[in-house]
Amino acid sequence: MRRPKMRRHGWGTVGLAGALLTAGCAHTGSARSETTGVAGPLTVLAAASLTESFGTLGREFEAAHPGVRVTLSFGASTTLAAQITQGAPADVFAPAAPEPMETVRKAGEIAGDTRTFARNVLAIAVPPGNPGHVTGVADLARPGLRLALCAPQVPCGAAADTVLRAAGVAAHPVTLAKDVKLVLSLVKLGEVDAGLVYRTDVRSAAGTVVGVDIPDATVAVNDYPIGVVSHAPNPVAARAFVDLVLSRTGRTVLRDAGFILP
Amino acid sequence: MTRVGSDPGHRTATPAALWLPASVGVAFLVLPLAALLARAPWRTLPAHLAGPVVRTALRLSLVSATAATAVSLLLGVPLAWVLARSSFRGKRLLRALVTVPLVLPPVVGGVALLLAFGRRGVIGRLLDSWFGVSLPFSTAAVVLAEAFVAMPFLVIAVEGALHGVDRRYEEAAVVLGASRWEVFRRVTLPLMAPGVAAGAMLCWARALGEFGATITFAGSYPGRTETVPIAAYLALESDVDGAVALSLVLLAVSVLVLVGLRGRWVSGAIG
Repeated sequence: MRRPKMRRHGWGTVGLAGALLTAGCAHTGSARSETTGVAGPLTVLAAASLTESFGTLGREFEAAHPGVRVTLSFGASTTLAAQITQGAPADVFAPAAPEPMETVRKAGEIAGDTRTFARNVLAIAVPPGNPGHVTGVADLARPGLRLALCAPQVPCGAAADTVLRAAGVAAHPVTLAKDVKLVLSLVKLGEVDAGLVYRTDVRSAAGTVVGVDIPDATVAVNDYPIGVVSHAPNPVAARAFVDLVLSRTGRTVLRDAGFILP
Repeated sequence: MTRVGSDPGHRTATPAALWLPASVGVAFLVLPLAALLARAPWRTLPAHLAGPVVRTALRLSLVSATAATAVSLLLGVPLAWVLARSSFRGKRLLRALVTVPLVLPPVVGGVALLLAFGRRGVIGRLLDSWFGVSLPFSTAAVVLAEAFVAMPFLVIAVEGALHGVDRRYEEAAVVLGASRWEVFRRVTLPLMAPGVAAGAMLCWARALGEFGATITFAGSYPGRTETVPIAAYLALESDVDGAVALSLVLLAVSVLVLVGLRGRWVSGAIG
């Protein structure tokens, strides 16, 4: 399975591709203007659901700041929060809900303010062909249907709980996954008939899973906050990365990934 | 299995240069466990251990590790006998294949099990269409994952025990007219029983501590697939004291197994 911590080192190898990609974009973010003083390694701990969009933004950031090497670590927001409070080196923290950010802030590990930069809602992901014939949330309670949910400790699990309760559905999941990308993988593998994931995950896995929209998904809207870690080894680059996420470039990437913008 | 030299007559003086790294080595191995004991919430420990999470996980762990050991005994003892006593081409390759799970990262084992026995897996597909049986995310999957990782320990231990059995007893039984099966059941099996017991104990301990293959193949759901190691891992985020309490349970079991092995099997097998 996916470890809760998926590190991606050495963006330098794809630097050229990143530069080419960026050259094609209308790059009006603040990142370009702050090339001076932004250098060194930058570690971003982000919710698993940000894997694709922050991957893109990490490449953008490295292209805009040639002296920076971005390390992205994706995982369950609560896992990442625990890592930061236990002293893991991190510059930027972007969980999938305010609670993990609150945990880190209460531990005195967040410098300055945090900003909500994206919102996300849940959707049902089913394998191609929809073997469980899932057409809505009500189907998730059907006996014999193999359903995967996120563990209740992580934001996507809490959101799933809210959505199911609002719909009055008593679901019996076969497994409670550590993070949302694991739920998605189980759907991709066809090991479960359905999984509750974020709408952005369905979009990122287009072609390998099929999404079933939840009309009442907005009963659980997850706010994604972002902040600079107070013991950040590279606070200058950290602030520049946060600026990029909040910039027009960042908003475009996030909107394309399926996030709702605040 | 480690066999500690029990001959005190051959004691040589330890070179002074070895003492320092040796002491650092001891500290490195012991200090983390000491930290676990120091950090343990002793006052609230009974409440933690009596809590539903620990009780459910502990019951599941005990049942699944015991079942995995039973599976390993059923398949592993004959396998060890074949490895120790039969001669055929490719035996060394077979032994290497059988012991791969010893060195394989358990997560890889879990992925492999999922691709083999998953609903769309090579074998799992047939199980699903013929019998409607789907293994992943069930307690049976926990048993399978644990047996996959732990059975080689038993096979190695039993094979070693078989090599130690004096074959003259078996030959004598044959001369006296015993059939091959009778020799195995009435002579070989009793002679290798201590080795089988030690192997079963190691296998059980390994199965009890299994994490990677289990969470990958069987997932995690309280009461069904959430074993003690998985519960400890999950608890670390939300309830550190709970994670420490669960870790203490596993540490205690490990110590008990070691005591059991040393006191009854290892020294006995040597003596």
